Amino acid sequence: MTVSTRDGRGAATQADREASATVLPVAVTENERSSSRRRKGFKLRFKQDRSLLAMSVPVIVLLVIFAYVPMLGNVVAFQNYSPFVGIAESPFVGFSNFARLLEDPEFWHAVGNTLVITAFQLVFFFPLPIFLAILLNSLLRPGLRTLIQAVVYLPHFFSWVIIVTVFQQILGGAGLISQWLRQAGAEPLDIMTNPDTFILLLTSQTIWRDAGWGIVVFLAALSAVDPSQYEAAAVDGASGWRRIWHVTLPALRPTIILLLILRLGDSLSVGFEQLLLQREAVGAHAAEVLDTFVYFSGVVSGDFSYGAAAGLLKGIISLILVLAANKVAHMFGEAGVYQK
Amino acid sequence: MSAHPSTEMMVKPHPPQGVIAKLKNREPIKRPIWQEKPSLAVTIGKFVTLIVVTGAVLFPLWTIVLTSLSTQEAINAAGGLVIIPNGLTISAYVQILSGGVVSRAVGVTMFITLAGTAISVIVSILAAWGLSRPGSLFHRTILFMIIITMFFSAGIIPMYLLVSGLGLINSLWALILPTAVSAFNILIVRNFFMSIDQGIIDSARIDGAGEWRILATIVAPMSKAVIAVIALFYGVGFFNAFFNAILYINDNDKWPLQLVLRAYVLQGQSFVSSGGADTVALNQAQPASLAIQMAVVVLAVVPILLVYPFVQRHFKSGILIGAIKG
Repeated sequence: MTVSTRDGRGAATQADREASATVLPVAVTENERSSSRRRKGFKLRFKQDRSLLAMSVPVIVLLVIFAYVPMLGNVVAFQNYSPFVGIAESPFVGFSNFARLLEDPEFWHAVGNTLVITAFQLVFFFPLPIFLAILLNSLLRPGLRTLIQAVVYLPHFFSWVIIVTVFQQILGGAGLISQWLRQAGAEPLDIMTNPDTFILLLTSQTIWRDAGWGIVVFLAALSAVDPSQYEAAAVDGASGWRRIWHVTLPALRPTIILLLILRLGDSLSVGFEQLLLQREAVGAHAAEVLDTFVYFSGVVSGDFSYGAAAGLLKGIISLILVLAANKVAHMFGEAGVYQK
Repeated sequence: MSAHPSTEMMVKPHPPQGVIAKLKNREPIKRPIWQEKPSLAVTIGKFVTLIVVTGAVLFPLWTIVLTSLSTQEAINAAGGLVIIPNGLTISAYVQILSGGVVSRAVGVTMFITLAGTAISVIVSILAAWGLSRPGSLFHRTILFMIIITMFFSAGIIPMYLLVSGLGLINSLWALILPTAVSAFNILIVRNFFMSIDQGIIDSARIDGAGEWRILATIVAPMSKAVIAVIALFYGVGFFNAFFNAILYINDNDKWPLQLVLRAYVLQGQSFVSSGGADTVALNQAQPASLAIQMAVVVLAVVPILLVYPFVQRHFKSGILIGAIKG
């Protein structure tokens, strides 16, 4: 029945079309026109936008080769990869590399170190730029503010090799302060080689390098605050501290949340280069984090599949973390890293 | 701060000139009337904090630069790093730049930085313009594909396998191509392009100009500031690249400056290159002198200092913030 009805309709349409070569049935033409517009539209749009598309091609090619192919390359995490036979020939072993990871105390040690360092930096590093930015913002001379901002932002552009070298020269066993201590007859410092205080060293290096960056970001947010808000608060009898609490901090809230999200998404990557550079000095135990675990177990020891499994696990958890943090930010009514 | 500039000027026998005159004659700070004057303790605390903070950045740099310029006698007298100038010389720089490991590393780093920045900036500008017209074909798909790389990276091992699979181990291209595209930088430029007044561009289109021509003759010249910013971001990244060099470059002759810095300053190795034949004209068996070590550090800092004022200029333009927010 249905078939015949459909046939009948189709026939009717066909008949209509043929019958009214000049007076076209409205509905049919509408349909046809829109579908042909879509078909022609694609060709037309391609023709129109082809130079725009061509411009994106170099980036697409680079990203496919150096971002997407390696993403697929993570299949080695499910293999017993051997460089001699290649990915295609290496046997698949399912999740056994991951199972091995979960039973490896070294891996858990690296995870623990990573999380402790992240938490430590969140507590001792993160609030500092906020405090300093508020302080700088209270300076009345814009010239002085710009000058200090320029000075403290500078180390952000230094490589980790330079940062660690600077710390070694000042705080190392043969560095400037040890040199003074020795001249005064005291013991030289061992901060650079002491695994017990290593986390303090890491955090102070991060502060030295990145506090200025944070200050710049927060100051920019503060410069957007309408001064009349402060005036109104003052007229209402708010003291300086209360104005900071009720005007300045709320103005910084979106930036604080944004940076927290970025930090949380990155919480599994703590200063890879920074740690790699100081591993010899403080020993592998204190300086082992997830990234160094991947590097040493994978590339250095040649157990590529094992390293890749750890790396993939880290990548996926990081992705989940950043998505989750962003979701939380949306729940608090903040913009977060991305919309939609 | 100087509440009575006029009285001070009267006391002084000579009227102050130059910087001092400017400092004395500058306008008094305008504190808004509603703002109470902070107590002395707060003011002192504030300035001590700021002096400590700026000193923490400037002092190490000062002593490193000064030591690199000091004579061996001055270094011996100080017992190490020099903090008060006492006999200056540029011999450390002459030595490291007259051929050998450091000179070669400077060349490698210059090549990576210049070639890498040029490639990165060009492909980023092209993609940013290619994706800047809302509703153009596939632009959402391509944008999505670019943004994903910000949130998920493949990881060290697959990257290493890819680079070695492409035969790029020990090639300087391994330090350029894998990091050539930064999604973040593309988004910065794209944001800027989208904020350009469409009227000019539309009228150029009506006049028959193609996208390439519009980009080259209208858009790019209007976007010098943002292009400078991403060039600096890319440039600093290539200049500072360290881990990729450890991963992909085994041959000491192709070491960039950062690796040389690590080996000879941080680890205190002696300046012997892989060949062994062409050593720097130094005490070959012993670690390099402190002045020479510090000169290598300075070489790795100076290019940053040179480009830094240009980044500075864009502080207020909001590009950095726009960039962070994506």
